[in-house]
Amino acid sequence: MKALVSVKRVVDYNVRVQVKSDGTGVVTEGVKHSMNPFDEIAMEEAVRLKEKGKISEIVAITIGGAKNEETLRSALAFGADRAIHIKEEGEVQPLTAARAFAAALKKEGADVFLAGKQAIDDDANQTGQMVAALLDIAQATFASKVELEAGKAKVTREVDAGLETLEVDLPAVITTDLRLNEPRYLKLPDIMKAKKKPIEVVSFADLGVEKAATLSTTKTSAPPKRSKGIVVKSVDELVSALKGKGLL
Amino acid sequence: MSKILVIGEIADGKLNAGVAKVVACAQQIGGEIVVALLGADVAGPAAEAAKLDGVSKVLKVERAENAHILAATYAPQIVELAAGYSHVLFPGTSFGKDTAPRVAAKLGVQQVSDVMVAHSATSFDRPTYAGNAIVTVEAPAAPAIVATVRLASFTAVGSSGSAAVESASTSTALPTHTRFVSMEAQKSERPDLQAAAKVVSGGRALGSSENFKVIYDFADKIGAAVGASRAAVDSGYVPNDMQVGQTGKIIAPELYFAIGISGAIQHLAGIKDARTIVAINKDAEAPIFEVADFGLVGDLFQVVPELQGKV
Ligand SMILES: Cc1cc2nc3c(=O)[nH]c(=O)nc-3n(C[C@H](O)[C@H](O)[C@H](O)COP(=O)(O)OP(=O)(O)OC[C@H]3O[C@@H](n4cnc5c(N)ncnc54)[C@H](O)[C@@H]3O)c2cc1C
Ligand SMILES: Nc1ncnc2c1ncn2[C@@H]1O[C@H](COP(=O)(O)O)[C@@H](O)[C@H]1O
Repeated sequence: MKALVSVKRVVDYNVRVQVKSDGTGVVTEGVKHSMNPFDEIAMEEAVRLKEKGKISEIVAITIGGAKNEETLRSALAFGADRAIHIKEEGEVQPLTAARAFAAALKKEGADVFLAGKQAIDDDANQTGQMVAALLDIAQATFASKVELEAGKAKVTREVDAGLETLEVDLPAVITTDLRLNEPRYLKLPDIMKAKKKPIEVVSFADLGVEKAATLSTTKTSAPPKRSKGIVVKSVDELVSALKGKGLL
Repeated sequence: MSKILVIGEIADGKLNAGVAKVVACAQQIGGEIVVALLGADVAGPAAEAAKLDGVSKVLKVERAENAHILAATYAPQIVELAAGYSHVLFPGTSFGKDTAPRVAAKLGVQQVSDVMVAHSATSFDRPTYAGNAIVTVEAPAAPAIVATVRLASFTAVGSSGSAAVESASTSTALPTHTRFVSMEAQKSERPDLQAAAKVVSGGRALGSSENFKVIYDFADKIGAAVGASRAAVDSGYVPNDMQVGQTGKIIAPELYFAIGISGAIQHLAGIKDARTIVAINKDAEAPIFEVADFGLVGDLFQVVPELQGKV
């Protein structure tokens, strides 16, 4: 069984992003970037499934500029066998990304497409579902448990009401939630080994992908700032403050 | 004029309270508002939806295959229903997030996720970077705009209306590649986290599921819903559906208590719209104090029982 895993390069989750003063976007230059945390979880899951003998080959895929090679090298250090770099500078919105992933999934003949449930930069939460729709295949989003069997997957999902379990036929799209696993720390020997693994560089045109119409961003603004409140000295003071505001 | 299809959601046989907020978003866009409800038998929720102010029609789409909500089977039917509409709006729930992109992809459009404000029929505000950057986007009007609505940004419309309820049928062949197996729903007598006026959340500091009783007892005393940080969920103190934050539930209660929670940006993303935030933390430097209206520095295991005794 073959798994295709998407890995996006995003501003690191620890960075407090700053909106540019002219409202044209956020400051990304000189800011730490990492693999999207949900994609690390997807990579980790693929590797664990390979370790269990359920998957025989892991292919990592990314869309982005030259710097995305770092993200692919991390994926290879996790344990991907090889990688595909769809080279494209600038923002790529979910439907366009999904078209490219769908094309790659078909070309590779992969059985599962593993993606993060959401990229923490655009917070869109769309791409995996769109890949499934474009190929008319099953999807199991927000996964917290994945069991692969011949031709099928049983996936437990984190939904608003609790935990839902679905059975899906393969090929299928699975998107990861936080509780699926805890990604490993990458070890130096694996990072060294990753340097020798192959990365294939392709373009949208190579994959026969046409870009979809985009949402255009007309303005980026900082959210309204919450003003800093007061520190009370005692429980009594807190209770009277809340009662004074009619909250208790 | 816009013609807006609101995709309803049913939970435990009732209309999800979030639907009244999606209708509020539809009113902000302006135009004719139709609510569609899919299920095996949706008579009850359809009657509830018909009362929502501003709704002109409710469509019942009843099919045996719709007994379980599955994005794979709902999406093609919604695509069929969407013909002739300018907008298709979903609640920003796990159902909406799962299903809307499947509809958008089939219609060949980018989706607008988590609408906070509709400036016009095509211009919307939405959050990015855990709510730290709000973008205003212009969406192409044709063929249609597909969006999920950030429920915490809207106030539910009233229910003094009386729209017509009609049956609609869908003829799309439905895929069988996705099958419902089971649902482990968390049953709770407490108020619903996403609708409650008061919420008490606990974090990693609670240390165990037994200790979380401190949070439950205080919440019950003031009639609040209970939430949690990711760390509390990951550590197994409470179930996943209680997570508040960027990738959990986004809430807007009148009163929010963050107890033993440090205030990471991902947690704050879920509580930015709370009217009043109270933080209880033993570390005076914890970032939660930067956004709290009232902060109390102290050990929660002393402070919270004392608070409970005094309210
Ligand atoms: C991709 C991604 C998504 C995420 N999504 C979310 C999300 O949706 N929601 C979310 O909450 N987090 C999310 N996180 C995690 C987030 O970054 C933090 O790790 C998490 O919120 C920390 O939880 P906490 O505040 O309970 O724990 P900690 O940060 O460990 O804080 C515990 C606090 O308790 C205080 N404390 C300890 N003992 C006591 C005591 N006896 N009395 C009083 N105070 C005490 C400490 O001073 C400390 O401030 C996400 C992270 C990532 C990478
Ligand atoms: N440019 C990209 N490169 C690699 N993966 C991507 C890209 N865009 C989206 N993805 C994948 O799709 C998931 C969901 O992204 P989104 O729909 O943007 O929130 C991410 O977690 C990634 O796995």
